[in-house]
Amino acid sequence: MPAPPSGVLAVSRAVRGGAVGARAVLEARLARIAALDPTLNAFTAVLADRARAEADAVDATIAAGGDPGPLAGVPFGVKANYDVSGRTTLAGSIVNRGRPAARADAVLAARLRAAGAVLVGIQNMDEFAYGFTTENAHYGATRNPRDTRRSAGGSSGGSAATVAAGLVECALGSDTNGSIRVPASFCGILGLKPTYGRLPRTGTFPFVHELDHVGPFARSVGDLALIYDCLQGHDAGDFACAERAPDLTAPFLGDLPAGIRVAVLDGWFADMADETARRAVATVAAALGAVDRVVLPGAEKARAAAFLLTMASAANLHREALTTRAGEFDPATRDRLLAGLLAPAGPVMQAQRYRHAFQREVRAAFERHDLLLAPATPCVAPLLGEPTFRVAGLDLPTRANVGMLTQPISFVGLPVVSVPVSAGALPIGVQIIARPWAEGLALRAAARLERQGVIRVEVAEP
Amino acid sequence: MMTTEVSDAMVEALAAVAGFAIEPAYRPGVAANLALLLERAALIATPPLDATIEPAPVFRA
Repeated sequence: MPAPPSGVLAVSRAVRGGAVGARAVLEARLARIAALDPTLNAFTAVLADRARAEADAVDATIAAGGDPGPLAGVPFGVKANYDVSGRTTLAGSIVNRGRPAARADAVLAARLRAAGAVLVGIQNMDEFAYGFTTENAHYGATRNPRDTRRSAGGSSGGSAATVAAGLVECALGSDTNGSIRVPASFCGILGLKPTYGRLPRTGTFPFVHELDHVGPFARSVGDLALIYDCLQGHDAGDFACAERAPDLTAPFLGDLPAGIRVAVLDGWFADMADETARRAVATVAAALGAVDRVVLPGAEKARAAAFLLTMASAANLHREALTTRAGEFDPATRDRLLAGLLAPAGPVMQAQRYRHAFQREVRAAFERHDLLLAPATPCVAPLLGEPTFRVAGLDLPTRANVGMLTQPISFVGLPVVSVPVSAGALPIGVQIIARPWAEGLALRAAARLERQGVIRVEVAEP
Repeated sequence: MMTTEVSDAMVEALAAVAGFAIEPAYRPGVAANLALLLERAALIATPPLDATIEPAPVFRA
């Protein structure tokens, strides 16, 4: 039997056109998962029975002359902080084991299923999303399919690894400080962190309410845009979700409008990146005609404020468990959260106010430019267990710091497409940052890069 | 980069103020993380923010 098509658009076209069955696509992916996941450790649960029922339903709809939707038969996975009906949402912890099972899938997972996609499994993450390496004391580390000695990045590391390795066509993750963009960078795929408030988080387990975003991973720009379009729309279950109509992007991936002004972020974003990361940004900048360089003087402070808010807010969320059964937490998470419980109020309030101060600075930059470029990570994927990485002459703790270039951007909720650039044997991501609600423009820039061959994602063969 | 000293005794005292206890074995790790938090707090403490800048508990992009 020939190999089934690869990618969201290719699978859905083939399934809708009757060239291949959704069940056949699924069985191929389940076989690949069985072969590779013992090495990668990217799934915490494979939902084979449920997925087979969903795939059969897609095939039945087609056999009856119906249309299952634009994602017909597309296998996808969700990070372990997404609700899956009938299962307890563990979010990479064991702390949540006693919570009741979810009564429905998370809204975004339900939207993909309503469009015909097939949920294959639940994916590994840093405990409660607090980390950038997916090294989890309870569920083990996820290995990078581009080099299995290395980290897949985190905290949505399982999701990124499964997409890079072709175990699924797309996946849903979350990004509070960089947890979509960092693993997308290390695994060499595309990730979209939309504007804060664009996509509903309903049915996902929170990390830091005021900073949490949700979004998709894929291997091509067209795939990413199509999934994103299927995910859009207000949901009243998320207090922060904006009441905006969907702003479709997939039909508009033609070239960038004339006169688009693209600039490279200098200062913090260049200083804290190694030569490989800076070269990747230069490659993207050249392809997009970016000449100007922009400094956001408050970037380091924005990062510090995001760090502080994260520690204090996540600690408050877990106060009951931290004060009664701290031993159940991953030690790396536990000590940070316990410290967060001791945070004085003054700096927390200052961090909240600094968010608006930095927003003013960023808005000023967007008066002169439409897109800003920065590395997604300071370096390529580090080896698993590597305690520090070196940048700007400093040895920095890996788990807490590889998101130092994504953190200031999510702090003010800007939409970002992380695009992978080949950096020798390993990829590295570049953030294409747009003004609020301009996800479509960032995706159009990514589409141009894809057409020019600057980004090209192959399925990894670990 | 400045260094902020946080002792195990400070951790114990702060936890008491906050109304809970931290196991002695966890205190060094908590102290190290609290020191990091306070370093970041110092970074954003100055200069004073303009009085018109509000907190952003529910952020609007």
